Amino acid sequence: MNAAAQSAKTTYREALREALRDALRADPRVFLMGEDVGRYGGCYAVSKGLLAEFGEERIRDTPLSEGAFVGAGIGAALGGMRPVVEIMTCNFSLLALDQIVNNAATLCHMSGGQFNVPVVIRMATGAGRQLAAQHSHSFEGWYAHIPGLRIVAPATLDDARGMLSAALRSPDPVLIFEHIFLYNMEGELAGHWRSCELQGAAVRREGADVSLLTYGASLYKCLEAAEALSRAGISAEVLDLRSLRPLDDAGIMASVRKTHRALIVDEGWRSGGLSAEITTRIVEQAFYDLDAPVARICTAETPIPYPMHLEQAALPQTATIVTAAKELCGK
Amino acid sequence: MSIEFRMPALGADMEHGILTEWKIAPGDVVKRGDVVAVIETQKGAIDVEIFDSGKVEKLVAEPGARVPVGGVLALLEGEAQAGAAPPLSAPASIAPLPAATLPASVAVSKGPRRKISPAARARAQALKLDLDTVIATGPNGTLTLQDIETAAKKLKPAASAGGMREVIAAAMARSKREIPHYYLSLMIDYSAARAWLDAHNAKVPVTARVLPVVPLLKAIALAAQQIDGFNGYYIESQYQPAAAVHLGVAVAQRRGGLMTPAILDAQNKSLDELMQALSDLVSRTRSGHLRASELAAGTLTVTSLGEESVDAVFPIIYPPQVAIIGAGTIAPRAWPIDGRIESRTTVQLSLAADHRVSDGRAGARFLGRIRDLLQTPEKL
Repeated sequence: MNAAAQSAKTTYREALREALRDALRADPRVFLMGEDVGRYGGCYAVSKGLLAEFGEERIRDTPLSEGAFVGAGIGAALGGMRPVVEIMTCNFSLLALDQIVNNAATLCHMSGGQFNVPVVIRMATGAGRQLAAQHSHSFEGWYAHIPGLRIVAPATLDDARGMLSAALRSPDPVLIFEHIFLYNMEGELAGHWRSCELQGAAVRREGADVSLLTYGASLYKCLEAAEALSRAGISAEVLDLRSLRPLDDAGIMASVRKTHRALIVDEGWRSGGLSAEITTRIVEQAFYDLDAPVARICTAETPIPYPMHLEQAALPQTATIVTAAKELCGK
Repeated sequence: MSIEFRMPALGADMEHGILTEWKIAPGDVVKRGDVVAVIETQKGAIDVEIFDSGKVEKLVAEPGARVPVGGVLALLEGEAQAGAAPPLSAPASIAPLPAATLPASVAVSKGPRRKISPAARARAQALKLDLDTVIATGPNGTLTLQDIETAAKKLKPAASAGGMREVIAAAMARSKREIPHYYLSLMIDYSAARAWLDAHNAKVPVTARVLPVVPLLKAIALAAQQIDGFNGYYIESQYQPAAAVHLGVAVAQRRGGLMTPAILDAQNKSLDELMQALSDLVSRTRSGHLRASELAAGTLTVTSLGEESVDAVFPIIYPPQVAIIGAGTIAPRAWPIDGRIESRTTVQLSLAADHRVSDGRAGARFLGRIRDLLQTPEKL
């Protein structure tokens, strides 16, 4: 029906849309709910055209109340449905934090395994569009702290295309974080979205001198950095974490054991964040393979600035990644 | 160094006191806690204790003087004690602060801790590399894997005895291929030589003691000059006898391998000189400081495995030499004398010689001559 679905060339946004269409067609229990997902076609146009195709029962506009509609989604999941709840951005998810952490994450445990909560919650995340402090968060690392949740961050077109159905197969709550900068990303699907796993890191570029460990939109900054580093004689390996909870310890350690140097690039803040967790795991599991301390590039420890030059200065950038990697390698 | 005894604050709101009476005089020795003065305050007369120890140098305040709190009352010679001013109501003795002592473990410091990456440490251990010998060139002075690799590369040539084994293999294979060896062996009574050695060694300091093998070396050198066919080179189908006896001595190396440097002109050296030359050669062989001439110069070689406790050695000639003598353990053995069996110090000598140059008769005479020379060790 849609030519874009047949050809491999697509955008991240379109890949997400196709993933939703696949899911809606394959399973009548699946439905999409959230603010502006129906008539408006989604804040980021991900669900454009889906209301017309699937109708009001399957594409449901919700009131402006995250606590209410996330709770309703959890209830629907408990009741046997497979809801895909869209929270416009992770910034607004704070209003549904109690639902996510105290209901979705805990009901399986608290019911002694009697109730699963197979809800998928999709959220846009990240900074860089001058949306200022309250609308530029990266909370995926924060959510990765909570047992009972699965946290994924698709960074490639194939993962955007494939992770939703993998998430819908999970009996447990899955939070999918889509970086706002990726929606417009163009490219070709490689095809392995068909066998997409919900966990496991992926080596996006092989290298021997330093491991760049990252996820989400930072992946592309790391790939750019790796290219620049190779011109400086440093061979950087780039590992896309894909799943932040659970983390792929084996994948991370395999890379660190090979290169002996680790540089974590995380758009979250450093203090008590995902980069700190990964560093600790490396120290616990691959200490004797380290030839240098673990390094990390994170967003500066301030609320995200509004003016463009300050926002860019606060976020991880390709140039800072290159500099840090060179320092690690003693160059 | 003068210590000032100052007017204490004997009450929170005290501003001054009147020194009523001194209980000390210049020259007195006071110790901490002694009552030294009576001071009048609004609350009455108080006996005041001094909180330093020392000899009273000068009484600054006169009796009757009104001195503000903190004003100097007297001067002492001596050590100031660490401690607070005494409290008002009950001047308690203040325990002196303990002198700072470093715990024994902290006091021993080897200097700043080196920054060595875990991976570098692990690799150094695997290579049995001493980290103290590795130079750190990583960021911030860290010793990294790269530094270990660099150090390991530098060591490689010296570390392996592989090259030497190949050289020995080539020489020995050639020897066996080209030289028709014949073998003779003779058990020798070494008692006379031993007795002479013991007597000699008893008279000299330890560093000058002569090893048991040395008289043998001299006897061999002399015999090689007296009997033709055993000292020289076989080159291009011709035997070239050598005038001097440069006696090659087989020295085992610590890492495996064997070298045979020569004691030059062994026939002319006294036993003491031979001993010196021998120890010098052995130590320089082991430390890798031999001269090329010493390695190439041997005209006849002796190999002694005495310490290894074998009875006899069947050696291989080092080409282009034409003979080699082996000596087994110098040990007491049963020896028939005048129909009796006695225990005598003996050594089994063996000769391997080039049959193109000499024959068994000559070889037997050669060994016999060595034996005879050893019976009169004082003439060696």
